[in-house]
Amino acid sequence: MSNPPSCRNMEYLIGIQGPDFVLVAADNVAASSIIQMKHDYDKMFKLSDKILLLCVGEAGDTVQFAEYIQKNVQLYKMRNGYELSPAAAANFTRKNLADYLRSRTPYHVNLLLAGYDETDGPGLYYMDYLSALAKAPFAAHGYGAFLTLSILDRYYRPDLTREEAVDLLKKCLEELNKRFIMNLPSFTVRLIDKDGIHDMEKLPVGPK
Amino acid sequence: MALQDVCGFLETLDDISPCTYLPNEMGYMWRTPFEFDRDSAFHFLFPPQQCSRKNRAPTLFSSTFSSLSPHQQPFQLSHGTTTLGFIFQDGVIAAADTRASCKGLICCPISQKIMPIHSHLVVNTSGSGADCMLWERILTREMRLYQLRHRKRLSINGAAKLLSTMLHPFKGTNVCVAATLCGWDGEETQDTLQSCMEIADVKEAVEQDSNVSAISDVSAQGGVKMASINEQDEISKDTQALNPTVSNQNTKNVLSTFGGRSGPRVCYVCSDGLQLKGEIISVGSGSPYAYAVLDDGWRWGMTVDEAVALAREAVFRATHWDAYSGNNVDLFHITAHGWRRRDREDLKEEYYREREREKKKIKEREKERQKREGDELVEGEGDIYSVHCG
Repeated sequence: MSNPPSCRNMEYLIGIQGPDFVLVAADNVAASSIIQMKHDYDKMFKLSDKILLLCVGEAGDTVQFAEYIQKNVQLYKMRNGYELSPAAAANFTRKNLADYLRSRTPYHVNLLLAGYDETDGPGLYYMDYLSALAKAPFAAHGYGAFLTLSILDRYYRPDLTREEAVDLLKKCLEELNKRFIMNLPSFTVRLIDKDGIHDMEKLPVGPK
Repeated sequence: MALQDVCGFLETLDDISPCTYLPNEMGYMWRTPFEFDRDSAFHFLFPPQQCSRKNRAPTLFSSTFSSLSPHQQPFQLSHGTTTLGFIFQDGVIAAADTRASCKGLICCPISQKIMPIHSHLVVNTSGSGADCMLWERILTREMRLYQLRHRKRLSINGAAKLLSTMLHPFKGTNVCVAATLCGWDGEETQDTLQSCMEIADVKEAVEQDSNVSAISDVSAQGGVKMASINEQDEISKDTQALNPTVSNQNTKNVLSTFGGRSGPRVCYVCSDGLQLKGEIISVGSGSPYAYAVLDDGWRWGMTVDEAVALAREAVFRATHWDAYSGNNVDLFHITAHGWRRRDREDLKEEYYREREREKKKIKEREKERQKREGDELVEGEGDIYSVHCG
């Protein structure tokens, strides 16, 4: 039972960049046609100590592509002794996606890359399946993005604290719970700052 | 319906592959079969190369996003089956129906959908029958090679990854395989630990549907065939985190206290590329019905009998509602000792048995109701017009 193209957008990714951190969240549903096969599926891939790649899209492409990027970033570190910066990793990812785009096996994946750099600070990169790359203060993927981008527009400020960012995230997820047709019961939330990647409490948005 | 439209749920069912005709050297339009690069020993591991078509300019029929031009399918491929696999404290249960269908025809009512790969791994397959048979053999070969080279068995997750990687080049072609790998990971250790059966007999009240217990009575009569037993003596299970009233979190504790090296595993691999590890996996057109039963009755601390009964009932309900599932049910139970197979059971018998049980229950309820009414009259209410519920 292969998923039709419209099914690819049912997943949700969101990222919010603060002055010295990036907050990212992804839903936990792995679906096949109309069935939720898994409720605790992790869509984030750790590229390095301070870079996360969030990947959604076509069923097999996500894992294949994300793991390919992950292993290559780690190989770079092994060969050169130092890690790729988030900007470099984002551009590397974009180049690979673009190369495959006009091949026989394009990868249909939508990505958010979030990282913290010592010199540049936090960075959030939005990338879509046509390998368009944009550095953005906040970003979202999936049908859920239609519902939440305006909330982010209204309440986002560049100098958000961590608590405010989490509150903003909760607002977005509440709106999803209220208006989005798919049931997305829980979200994995992670925060990246100068100390690395921190797992935060999963956000199950309960009924109001 | 909105959700159906957004998901495009019915799009796939009405999807007919486009018919493509390609010109040969003489300019005639013939449907060409796939051409294999016969020089390569592994030619069946890669999609056929379009060597003869390199010099052609892209035509109306070639598309950027498909590596192969699909030829007309005489019938619609679909996963017409019900297979399921789940883990619990005493191993893995793999169950499947036995009907192989081809659109409206039952091609084979007694097909075998669960194939053992080695002593501790079976695979439930659904999708195209030919593809499944081929990929099972390929997987068996690769796992045996791994075992010979590295002197240890490949883990279930490793096998899933291997199969997924081998299937990836065929994404976008008509290869249709959805396999659930059910097995027991790892070598048995010598840790002295409590036996699982003691855990299962625990104080917790078992909420059992009377149907389930009835089915388990019958299932106890069914034969159990020991297919392969390991020479190891002890069953080692880690009991620290084992708690029958376990929540999802505790299950994870158990699985992680197995050290990630040993324990029951269920892994789903699809030719789409989807690869999932989980506790309960069901695949096929009958899977929604099976999920409903499994989600209701599954607990980590189930006994073997309960698990077998649950699996049987799930397949039974699915075969009742789904046209493409039916005939018999196969059941395998995998533990640290290896896999054991139950005798194949005809579900038609089960259907009639259930009807009899229902009739009996209705009669009993009727008797009880009359008895209760009789008692109340005797107690002197005297109001024969009062209505009693239930």
